[in-house]
Amino acid sequence: MTLKSFMNEALSPWMKNEGPESDIVISSRVRLARNLEKVPFPIAASEEQLEDVTYRIGEEFTGDAHQDFGELSLVKMADLTANEKQVLVEKHLVSPHLTRKPLHRAALLSKDESLSVMINEEDHFRIQCLLSGFQLEEGLQLADAMDDWMEESLDFAFDERRGYLTSCPTNVGTGLRSSVMMHLPALVLTKQLNRILPAINQLGLVVRGIYGEGSEAQGNLYQISNQKTLGASESDIVKDLRSVVTQLIEHERTAREQLWNDSRMKLEDRIFRSYGLLSYSRIMESKEAMRRLSDVRLGIDMGIIENVPAKILNELMVMTQPGFLQQYAGESLKPEERDQRRASLIRERLHMENNEESHDGGGE
Amino acid sequence: MLCQECQEREASLHFTKIINGEKTEFHLCDICAKDKGEELPGGNNFSIHKLLSGLLDTGQAFSTPSPGRRRQPERNDLQCETCGTTYKLFAERGRFGCADCYHYFDEKLDPVLRRIHGGNTAHSGKVPKRKGRDMHVYREIEELKSAMQRQISEEEFEQAAETRDKIRELEHALKEKGGDAS
Repeated sequence: MTLKSFMNEALSPWMKNEGPESDIVISSRVRLARNLEKVPFPIAASEEQLEDVTYRIGEEFTGDAHQDFGELSLVKMADLTANEKQVLVEKHLVSPHLTRKPLHRAALLSKDESLSVMINEEDHFRIQCLLSGFQLEEGLQLADAMDDWMEESLDFAFDERRGYLTSCPTNVGTGLRSSVMMHLPALVLTKQLNRILPAINQLGLVVRGIYGEGSEAQGNLYQISNQKTLGASESDIVKDLRSVVTQLIEHERTAREQLWNDSRMKLEDRIFRSYGLLSYSRIMESKEAMRRLSDVRLGIDMGIIENVPAKILNELMVMTQPGFLQQYAGESLKPEERDQRRASLIRERLHMENNEESHDGGGE
Repeated sequence: MLCQECQEREASLHFTKIINGEKTEFHLCDICAKDKGEELPGGNNFSIHKLLSGLLDTGQAFSTPSPGRRRQPERNDLQCETCGTTYKLFAERGRFGCADCYHYFDEKLDPVLRRIHGGNTAHSGKVPKRKGRDMHVYREIEELKSAMQRQISEEEFEQAAETRDKIRELEHALKEKGGDAS
């Protein structure tokens, strides 16, 4: 398979680098936790009960197309190879938790992969919308519409006082977790982020690395989400997050200007070194790849590197993960083989751009 | 990065602790992390649920209870009659077993929810459309029932009979829709 056709199949729309503020906000995600009324939560349910939940979803929601989401398909975790599951995780369509005990776990996916419903994860349903750029309100609207559609034929566990009931008390009420993934290299370089993060925590928001709980921030990518789910309305929760993210965007922009004015040569040197390493290395370990890609992306966004599209960071960040590399290679790879494959995939991808430049003078 | 303890092996556990804005970082290798396990919350099993079970007030997650503070008599023997989950089990794994657990553990939930959700204990967001409609009917039935009791005690039997018919009508409508009107 050529890299280009692999990418066509592999990439989700959220990686396309479209949507508002996409130079800083990579993606926006909204998820709603829901449970059936008379079935124990997955942690306490029997295999038959879990199977029944998956079966009902397959019967009710696949096949006929919904106006907002198109046709949905049910992907059962037990039918997938370990690597296929890994790829779904790397695309952020399902959580690692869902793949750990695959029996009767499934995901309902829309064709464009902007909507996914995890089935029998911690809750019976986790409705999730993942959009490119800063589009929290749009994400909430979509998730809300899916919730309404499901509620037409399912009885959700709901209590007048506590709201939507969830397996973990941290999700009760709205069941809403909204988050954005942000690229904040200038705030990291100017060492301002460490001062800002505690303030964000105090506002009831959580900051973490891109691969969820406890993960380290790689490639200067940070995920910011609401912690409280109870006591505020869905739109207020999203509005609060939105206002903090808007401020962070401003800070990042100011920090970029500051770098440009105060230490432009040093910045350019750093960016072009990283560009050089990505273009010519033969072995590229994953953390280094993320760091270099972040530099190049900053270079693109600041107009220092031209002729390379900005979406390259989003794409390569996902495609250089172990699952994707193995999918592309068509076989399982040892860590050192992965580092070689990663280096060659990045070279190939950058080369593809240069070729397209010289042939038709301007990308797709 | 080298392990800050032994300065020999590569650090593989990176842990940042922020308590009241004071930040402490640990960078340890696997071996030293195991030795230090006691000092790190949960050690290698560090997870949100361990932290959470500390909030659920069983006195197990943090081995040293604060001495100055007298605890309420423990009521960890609560049990959900629907799925059998005990409060103790809930506190250990930080997960309810089913929707009814919220009802059976209700007396202990307010402080827990307050701590997790910044002082909030009650929902003020979306109400499911279909079920929300039924909820108004349930509430109306409840109100009519107490009205009927009042009418009976005041010996207004004719009105009470009318009220009873109204209740039946509403309950019947709910049953028709497949709802559970009991």
